[in-house]
Amino acid sequence: MSIPSDFVEETAEDGAIVLRFSGDLSIASIGDLPERLQDYFCEAKRLDISDTGYVDTVGAWLIHRTARDLDAEIVGADDEAQRLIAAVAGADQPTDIRPEPIHPVMRILGDIGEATTLAFTTLTGLIGFFGAIMTGLFRLIRHPSQIRWNAVIQRFDVVGVRSLGIIGLMSFLIGLVIAQQGAVQLRQFGAEVFTVNLVGRLTLRELGVLMTAIMVAGRSGSAFAAQLGTMKLTEEIDAMRTIGVSPVEALVLPRFIAAVFMLPLLGFYASVVAIIGGGILSWVELDIPPATFFSRIREVVPLTDVYVGLVKAPVFGAIIAITGCYQGMQVKGNAEDVGKRTTAAVVQAIFLVIVLDAFFAVFFTWIGWN
Amino acid sequence: MLEPQPIAYDPDYEGPIVSVRGLRNSFGEQVVHEDLDLEVNRGEIIGVVGGSGTGKSVLMRSIIGLQSPDEGEINVFGEQILGKSDAKTIEIRKRWGVLFQGGALFSTLTVAENVMVPIREFYPDMDRDFRREVAKYKVCLSGLPADAAPKYPSELSGGMRKRAGIARALALDPELLFLDEPTAGLDPIGAAAFDNLIKELQQTLGLTVFLITHDLDTLHAICDRVAVLADRRVIAVGTIDELLALDHPWIQEYFNGPRGRMASAGNKGPA
Repeated sequence: MSIPSDFVEETAEDGAIVLRFSGDLSIASIGDLPERLQDYFCEAKRLDISDTGYVDTVGAWLIHRTARDLDAEIVGADDEAQRLIAAVAGADQPTDIRPEPIHPVMRILGDIGEATTLAFTTLTGLIGFFGAIMTGLFRLIRHPSQIRWNAVIQRFDVVGVRSLGIIGLMSFLIGLVIAQQGAVQLRQFGAEVFTVNLVGRLTLRELGVLMTAIMVAGRSGSAFAAQLGTMKLTEEIDAMRTIGVSPVEALVLPRFIAAVFMLPLLGFYASVVAIIGGGILSWVELDIPPATFFSRIREVVPLTDVYVGLVKAPVFGAIIAITGCYQGMQVKGNAEDVGKRTTAAVVQAIFLVIVLDAFFAVFFTWIGWN
Repeated sequence: MLEPQPIAYDPDYEGPIVSVRGLRNSFGEQVVHEDLDLEVNRGEIIGVVGGSGTGKSVLMRSIIGLQSPDEGEINVFGEQILGKSDAKTIEIRKRWGVLFQGGALFSTLTVAENVMVPIREFYPDMDRDFRREVAKYKVCLSGLPADAAPKYPSELSGGMRKRAGIARALALDPELLFLDEPTAGLDPIGAAAFDNLIKELQQTLGLTVFLITHDLDTLHAICDRVAVLADRRVIAVGTIDELLALDHPWIQEYFNGPRGRMASAGNKGPA
């Protein structure tokens, strides 16, 4: 148990005011002594620490600071205390705890500027990266023997086959919800039977592919960014370049090809599962038997709806692969950057997919596929 | 007036600062330590050496309580620490500081704020301005320039990050300092400067230092004694000269290999 630090004011024989310290002067015993000394006004000319016990650097600092502020002399320090006081006096330099704060207005302006340049550099970077992928792709088309089939097939498995479960479950539930909500609303007009149109057209045209793209962006786009980012950190990608292997051809293209080929298949699969979900709900809720439901689907859903979905899907797949791989290749410095880039990859992929989906909607209406 | 916080220490305790007896550590089938004994005396710098995978870091982690050994007894400042809850060992934890290999600074805090973390955690009642002053002088005491205090760890070089790590390890004025490969990854000039810093701090603050290293120069320059880890235990402890007198092949290879001889010659200076 340490002895609490304390001090008393005394007048020495020569009339000088002396602060006499007692107890241990250590981080554990110092308590509120710094505050009390701060509030204590006196004209002390001497600090006497001959009665103190254990002294550490915190106690030495307190004595040094008080002596500095009062312009007083320290007396009664033993060798160890003298050594510590000299050490902390040497370390007494003006400095700050945090960097200089920036004015909020300037900070906001700075943030806006940074965000704007970042948006433009990312956009040009993505376009440049797309160009690099295209040149790589054309080179492979001219030399098909160099295609890394193993890597491509492996990506097919990871991006496509292994996401069947989660995409199926998600689509089934979406189909159920659309049918249920549609039935509730349409029943007010006595038009429940149009639930079939709603489920069939909405899933094949829009939701099947869109929700699949969002799921793949979260599942595979993030994985692309994290995998390539980690390889960048461990200098695997630099090693590849040195050996003469193009990272775009070896790492990016298999992922790009897999995403472009898998998304239409997954999107169509998602639409079909969603229609099954809607069919089951219609059967239970609206008493439309499955046979009637599917024959109605064939009547009300034009084949162009299927085409709309199948045209959009590879483009979405390309966007997911490009943003994921681009962000992965941009990783620099430390593991924290991998996390940031992975987040950026998913956010950008989903954002671009939704923007393009809007353009596609206008485009398909314009060419009369509605 | 605030109550001073109790420190469960006995000022008259003269025994070894750290004493490890019959330590056994294993990961699955692999036994890292078996019947390991080690004593660290007050005021010395003890260097722990051993080949890769001999469990130097595991030994340090066992002593500071990051790894639970299978068997054995570990006393720090004469108090048994194994099998006690964190709350019970907290008074002992206050009395040691640890420097991890990469510095292990908190990346979202500035250097000075990093130093303030342990102080705020253990002495929350300390006056705020005083705490800031303490953090500032600790940063300067660790050999960092004053303008490093408001910087973030990502803005510092590897050597400066280690110094910042030392500043944080010294935040509570510990008596015992654990250093895990303090000079790894530093250039020879930076490593020598860091050795000097450790020696200086040890002498000024009266520290006991437990130091894991691969750096033969560090061993020659600052270590009072060296403990050699091999065959799952500490096979020898002593000054380098005492170790050289032993006829163990690994020790001979280590200190008398080409690098060992150069470090020894370099430290003795040109004849």
